[in-house]
Amino acid sequence: MKILVAVKRVIDYNVQIRVKEDGSGVHTDNVKMSTNPPDDNATEESVKLKEAGKVKEIVAVTIGDDKAQETVRKALAVGADRGIHIKSDTYIEPLGIAKILKKVVEKEKPDMVFLGKQAIDDDCNQTGQMLAAMLNWPQATFSSKVTLKEKSMEIVREIDEGLETVEVNLPAVVTCDLRLNEPRYASLPNIMKAKKKPIDQMVAKDLGVDITNRVQQLKVEEPPKRKAGIKVANVAELVSKLKNEAKVI
Amino acid sequence: MPVLLIAEHDNKNLKPFTLNAITAASKIDPDVHVLVAGSGSENVAKEAAAVSLVKKVLHCDSPNYQNYLPENLAPLVTKHSEKYDYIVASANTFGKNFMPRVAAALDTSQVSDVIKVNSPDTFVRPIYAGNAFATVKSNDKKRCVTIRPTSFEPAPKTGGSAQIDKVDAAEVPNFSKFVKREETKSERPELGTARIVVSGGRGLESGENFKLITDIADKLNAAVGASRAAVDAGYISNDHQVGQTGKVVVPDLYIAVGISGAIQHLAGMKESKIIVAINKDGEAPIFSIADYGLEADLFKALPEFLSELNKLNTIQK
Repeated sequence: MKILVAVKRVIDYNVQIRVKEDGSGVHTDNVKMSTNPPDDNATEESVKLKEAGKVKEIVAVTIGDDKAQETVRKALAVGADRGIHIKSDTYIEPLGIAKILKKVVEKEKPDMVFLGKQAIDDDCNQTGQMLAAMLNWPQATFSSKVTLKEKSMEIVREIDEGLETVEVNLPAVVTCDLRLNEPRYASLPNIMKAKKKPIDQMVAKDLGVDITNRVQQLKVEEPPKRKAGIKVANVAELVSKLKNEAKVI
Repeated sequence: MPVLLIAEHDNKNLKPFTLNAITAASKIDPDVHVLVAGSGSENVAKEAAAVSLVKKVLHCDSPNYQNYLPENLAPLVTKHSEKYDYIVASANTFGKNFMPRVAAALDTSQVSDVIKVNSPDTFVRPIYAGNAFATVKSNDKKRCVTIRPTSFEPAPKTGGSAQIDKVDAAEVPNFSKFVKREETKSERPELGTARIVVSGGRGLESGENFKLITDIADKLNAAVGASRAAVDAGYISNDHQVGQTGKVVVPDLYIAVGISGAIQHLAGMKESKIIVAINKDGEAPIFSIADYGLEADLFKALPEFLSELNKLNTIQK
């Protein structure tokens, strides 16, 4: 079987975001970038399935500027076999990304597509579901346990009420939760080896899909700041403040 | 053109967040129609029809919709979307799961997790774990919108008398099936809508120690929350997680215990009215957003907190 895993380059999850003064977005210059965290879980799960002998090939794909290729290299360094980098210097919204991924799926014909459940930059939580719908495939979102069977997958999903188990026929789209697994670090020899693995390059606007953004970002601003609070000396003072000052208990 | 709101329910009753979503939908267009898709869900349709802001209920009852599998639900929503300019649902695991499938089928770009409706086509939504707010304008003709329920007041449950129209089911693809759902049953208020939330983090050190949190929660009639670290460590189940990829809560009082305050956690609770932080590390980032901070060992502070609460004559419920 074959897996396509999609990875996105985002501002590192530890970075404190700074909003641009002109309201056009957030600062990205000289800011640490990394692979979107749940995309690492998607790669890890694919590699585990390959190590278990259930999957033959893993193809890692990213869509983004030149530097986005780093995310594909990282996937190759932890076990993906080859990469695809679809170049775009401008932001493409999830609908456009899903259309591009659909093209890739039609060419690569994977049995499964693994993605992170959400990107931590735009927090849209759409791409996997949209891709599944466009392909007319089933989906398993927010997956925290994946069991691959012969022609289907049994997936445990994290939902607001607790856990849900579904069975989806292959081919299927899986979006991964952070609790699905613990992504490994690439070893130095594997990082070196990954440099020799092939990455196909394509340009997004040459793929013949409509990637015009339909949602226009008018402005980006800082959320209202909370005013600084106080430290209390002990528990008794805390309870008294909550009762008499904040009046919440 | 009216708004089609997709109701979340358990086939017996509407889920509370549907009421918040109805309010949000009514801010886009006052002509709100609600689609109830379920199995044996007559009572849900009646409840939806009684909500004051609802003008019409579309009811589709079929075993195919019992567990709101997105592969089944999305084609139904798409089928009935023709007369509507807006399709709206809550941005929780219910709405997040099926709405992008509807948007893809309609070739429309979804606007996710809206916290404010500026005008029928312009919305505010948090990005970067709520560290920035984006104002966005949707240029699509048909718009799929998910709304953050805690940013809107629930619509009154009574006062409406909308007509209920039975509508046809859609074809189902039969390539996915529901196996089971393990819901955490609790006598406590629901995390998403509780007036008070008491949350524990890695500082609790074990699942057994969460009893210190639940004792306080029971005393205050509060819900129990947790940081991702505490859930990852297996101290408590995933449905308690508050944060960027967990639940967003906006209680009157949020008590964070043994939680350092990673930005991903703050994303889920920083809009709370009053925030209390109890942490032994005085430098923990959680203190920077807390109204009341107590630098203390939680294993000493929590039993003391409980005994101080026990001394109070009255506690608000």
